Amino acid sequence: MKCSNCGEREGVVSLTQVKEGEVHTSSLCAECAAEKGIETGFAMADTPLGGFLAKLGESADPDAPLQAALETRCPGCNATLRDFRESGRVGCAECYAAFDAPLRELLRRLHGSTHHTGMQYEQTAAGSPVRIEAGKTDLELREQLRRAVEREQFELAAELRDRLKDRE
Amino acid sequence: MIDLSLLPDGGMSWLEASGPGSHLVVSTRIRLARNLRSHRFATRSDAPERETILAEVEQAAAMTEGLRRAVRFRVDRLDLQDRQLLHERHLVSRELAAPEAAVRLRPAGGLLVQDQASVMINEEDHLRIQALRSGFALEAAWGLVATLDAELGQRLAFAFHPEFGYLTSCPTNVGTGLRASVLVHLPGLVLTKEINKILQALTQVGLTFRGLYGEGSEVVGNLFQLSNQTTLGKSELELLDHLGKLVRQVMEHEERARQILLRDATAILEDKVWRAYGLLRYARTLSFEETMNLLSGVRLGVGLGLIPNVGMYALNKLLVFTQPAHLAAAQGRALTDDEVPVRRAAYVRQVLEEEVGRRGPSAQAPPTPR
Ligand SMILES: [Zn+2]
Ligand SMILES: [Zn+2]
Repeated sequence: MKCSNCGEREGVVSLTQVKEGEVHTSSLCAECAAEKGIETGFAMADTPLGGFLAKLGESADPDAPLQAALETRCPGCNATLRDFRESGRVGCAECYAAFDAPLRELLRRLHGSTHHTGMQYEQTAAGSPVRIEAGKTDLELREQLRRAVEREQFELAAELRDRLKDRE
Repeated sequence: MIDLSLLPDGGMSWLEASGPGSHLVVSTRIRLARNLRSHRFATRSDAPERETILAEVEQAAAMTEGLRRAVRFRVDRLDLQDRQLLHERHLVSRELAAPEAAVRLRPAGGLLVQDQASVMINEEDHLRIQALRSGFALEAAWGLVATLDAELGQRLAFAFHPEFGYLTSCPTNVGTGLRASVLVHLPGLVLTKEINKILQALTQVGLTFRGLYGEGSEVVGNLFQLSNQTTLGKSELELLDHLGKLVRQVMEHEERARQILLRDATAILEDKVWRAYGLLRYARTLSFEETMNLLSGVRLGVGLGLIPNVGMYALNKLLVFTQPAHLAAAQGRALTDDEVPVRRAAYVRQVLEEEVGRRGPSAQAPPTPR
């Protein structure tokens, strides 16, 4: 969305206001938002992503090591950190290892954490990936039970029902 | 044009208003972002690699119980109208529905739809596994996507990092890759002007809100999409639990606001909802935004029992079928810009008349004044 004030720059701050009982959302660019002194009310910086990307490699000394780091290539996809700064998108899974430090810092800012505590996923030696069973939730089991019943697979249904019962 | 009958409930049973809390919540959506370990992500993959990704995912899906019967679309080969139709149904993102030039930059876009679940292929991530349910139904939606994810994960090697979790194209989705959104109707909070305070409080506890059509879209018809902001550091169930608790609180606030309005501003409220109904019932041209705002008034009236004999299902259907691509599909041809508001008004009248026909003539007249 273009900035609703100047109509020139891209909006980065979304602004929601209630006028005569109707909600209006508009978008302001950083310059116009600053001009209007918007910080409170309903102004929100888009995400920390934009700010982080803008600062990435922006250094007082242009010959600083960060400049060199910007040109380092990911062995998986050949992308550089500069590419990431420009697109905001990671090139491949290996980028997360190749650019570990800056991405880790970004994840910490975005999510307040760098540690995944959700479902685990592993690839077995045979090459077939298996999602670790322990992560299976009651809801998943219930969904599988529903399907088993639907398909009249009663043995499977009974097994799933037992597993659900065991958990209670 | 897409044959709409291909989509029996084609991801549309979420309109039924049969789910829990349907008087306040239109729908619940959960999506999981997944990528294949051995392929470059969207910004770096070329056309041949994207074709390979599409083929691999489709092959895995064909062997997956939850997707075996899926209707398949090659999104990048559909015309603009059809892509927009799928977007209006929340089945593809705005990016995949974009005009030709943009779509040509993203070849091999795919979509699989079965029942209330779907998978977008070669969007920002290789896979976007999605479930859409009627009403406030985080658990049911989670059951669906988690099962699909597990089934697909047995056949596809997903990109996973021991510390960061599931790896995604955009770092904002890393970890669980989970985004859950609940589409709530909050006219009471808007009318009582409490909405700003509430939305602000929500963003402080890790929720984001958007309008009806996703990122950057405007809030119309008092419909707010509430979703989790972060995806890393909490488990899937913790994220859902947190969102669910907050949505429940918002629903309570909304209920309270409605009761206050009903008690302290009865005449104004009744006038507002009946005017909305009257305009929708008799207008000859309607813009989309006006339609959404009037539907909000009628929905409020129905929710409070002020307007009898209009069903929530009909109102939900109007949210989707009054959009341009749907109006064109109903007409069987492209519509000019001038025709759209006219067709929209005609369609709204038709649906509301059918409601009166089905639910009895009493719906024509407001209840007698007390
Ligand atoms: Zn501006
Ligand atoms: Zn890479």
